[in-house]
Amino acid sequence: MQEQELALRIRGLKKKYRLGVINHSTLQAELQSWWAQKRGREDPNRRIGTEAKTDEQSFWALDGIDLDIRRGERVGIIGANGAGKSTLLKLICRITAPTEGEIDIWGRVSSMLEVGTGFHREMTGRENIYMNGAILGMSRAEIDACLENIIDFSELREFIDTPVKRYSSGMFVKLAFSVAAHLHSEIMIMDEVLAVGDMAFQQKCLSRMRQAADEEGRTVLYVSHNMNTIRQLCDRCIVLSHGRVIFDGDAERAIAAYLNESLGDNDVDMDLTVKPHFQKNASSGVSMTRLRLVDKVTAVYEPGEDLRLLLTLEISEPVPPLYFRLTLRTETDLGLATAWSQPLPMEHRGENTVRLILPIDSLAKGCFYGSIGVYRSDELGRMLSFDHITHAFKFEVSGLPVWNVDAHGYMHLPQIRAECET
Amino acid sequence: MQHTHISARQSLFDLKLREFWQYRDLVWLFTRRSFKVSYMQTILGPLWLFINPLLTSITYVVLFGNIAKLSTDGVPQLLFYLSSHALWTFFAGCVTSNASTFTDNANLFGKVYFPRLVMPVSSVLSKLIHFGIQMLMVLVLLIWYAGKGMVAPLWQRWFLLPLLLLQLGMLGMGVGIIISSLTTKYRDLRILVDFGVSLWMYATPVVYPLSTVSDALRRLLRWNPVAPVMELYRRLLLGVGQVDGVSLSCSILVSLAVAFAGVLIFNRIERTFMDTV
Repeated sequence: MQEQELALRIRGLKKKYRLGVINHSTLQAELQSWWAQKRGREDPNRRIGTEAKTDEQSFWALDGIDLDIRRGERVGIIGANGAGKSTLLKLICRITAPTEGEIDIWGRVSSMLEVGTGFHREMTGRENIYMNGAILGMSRAEIDACLENIIDFSELREFIDTPVKRYSSGMFVKLAFSVAAHLHSEIMIMDEVLAVGDMAFQQKCLSRMRQAADEEGRTVLYVSHNMNTIRQLCDRCIVLSHGRVIFDGDAERAIAAYLNESLGDNDVDMDLTVKPHFQKNASSGVSMTRLRLVDKVTAVYEPGEDLRLLLTLEISEPVPPLYFRLTLRTETDLGLATAWSQPLPMEHRGENTVRLILPIDSLAKGCFYGSIGVYRSDELGRMLSFDHITHAFKFEVSGLPVWNVDAHGYMHLPQIRAECET
Repeated sequence: MQHTHISARQSLFDLKLREFWQYRDLVWLFTRRSFKVSYMQTILGPLWLFINPLLTSITYVVLFGNIAKLSTDGVPQLLFYLSSHALWTFFAGCVTSNASTFTDNANLFGKVYFPRLVMPVSSVLSKLIHFGIQMLMVLVLLIWYAGKGMVAPLWQRWFLLPLLLLQLGMLGMGVGIIISSLTTKYRDLRILVDFGVSLWMYATPVVYPLSTVSDALRRLLRWNPVAPVMELYRRLLLGVGQVDGVSLSCSILVSLAVAFAGVLIFNRIERTFMDTV
């Protein structure tokens, strides 16, 4: 690849973090250790049972990353928590230095690792724009040149001379994003900034980023857990897992690879306690602990077979009748369909096992993710969640060889009634 | 287009000064910001800049001038204390404000990159402005007393004043950033700073002239690099003070060395301090 086309080149990048307590926390302890070592005695601050000096608990947040990113590419970065996404961005932004390896960057980097970086609450919106620009290394003249654009984009003209501490959080984000989107940087780095702000503004931001890439040739690196914004914005997507790149390519396939990686392969007996739960409050009284696919060795279903699940619940206090919800999602994480159970009274506290049977003969073919939830109904008939797990399990429907998911879709619909018009 | 190379191996002496120069606008913005923010939502606002040193100097007049009856080498007491206090606050400010650079700005440093040296330099600048403002007061008194013939300033040597401030600024910043670099690892040093700085003040001829101390003590005070600078400053300003070449050149050398070492250490720590804070 030609060097002048590149925006970013990463070679053999590694970053090590130490685990646990970092160093001795006081100078005294450090001196004590040093003095003991000098006299050939045992280090009084060393943990008992560990080897001297060499044994240092550490882990590699990034474990050998090689990456080339061309100018004008919109690259999404996804991965489970702890996969190394934020560490990678921090190294690129020079917030911390790598343990091994090299990064070459052509152009200025503007980062929005968190909203309102470098904003000072006491200063006005306008002053903060100058501050932010200067932090990016821009001169006053350069900022003057794009000040009007920033103010227009932020939709905050009336408030621009008000201290930002008087702003609502939404206004704060709008200003912060506008600054980052307009300052003269060749590479824009975004980490979950779009999580706040109203929908209209989110859409505006996405199209602004796309425009920045397409028309101004700026490179966008975007980290998010929101697969939809990744899908909308990115033309390339990188999946990180345990500090390595496990997939690099088109966004749809990357999302599939990420989900596949995060769930393991067609498991039939799952420990739900280790999965991320979406619980409104921790003491809700009901939590899902285990999920089994009944009578299955692998999670592959023939067309017409029912989905039979055994769900284990831990119930800690008396609860009203429970409603169970299953939501099926496609391989690329698009919602497909949702089914509810009838209310089921739960008599016993402690461990309960519930059998859930869902006819899935309308599913034609493909891989599916199942999200599972436990709800109760309030007086008005609204469903309130006790516990919910997205991507709790995965299964495959084998289907007919002639059925092509891309062309025919995932589902059969009921037979069409065809009649002759007389 | 700007090219940045980031590598795990970096030379100790790669100070990235060119990059620092690119960010000069930021230095100025930080200076202005710290100035503006510190007097926001106060009743008297920037008036505090005058009230504060004035009250302290009056306290000194009462305490050291009248009760302890320390000599001021014939200089009117208020002028003596006000001018000495101004220079000492400049130096002490450089030390204390820089001593917590890393921990105070961890939030900002953790999110965005800019040459970290911008922070210490801008805080020295803002202390310099504080000093300038106090100097206005000193000047008014000085002209008043000089008119009455009570002090004899060496006006024609005043071109040395900026050099003297530069040296003290470097020394203060150097000490400050060395402490701040060490506090990323050893938190207890932080407690020592305020205490140490106030002790240092008494080891410096601030509230007394060097001429009043005994020979033995004076030999000891020569090791304090701020002492000869303070004496030179009063010599220029008030026409009193003992300046000897040896201790002054020692002090200059020490200042240069401390500033250089400080920047080196700072530069080293700055790369990975986010992992330890």
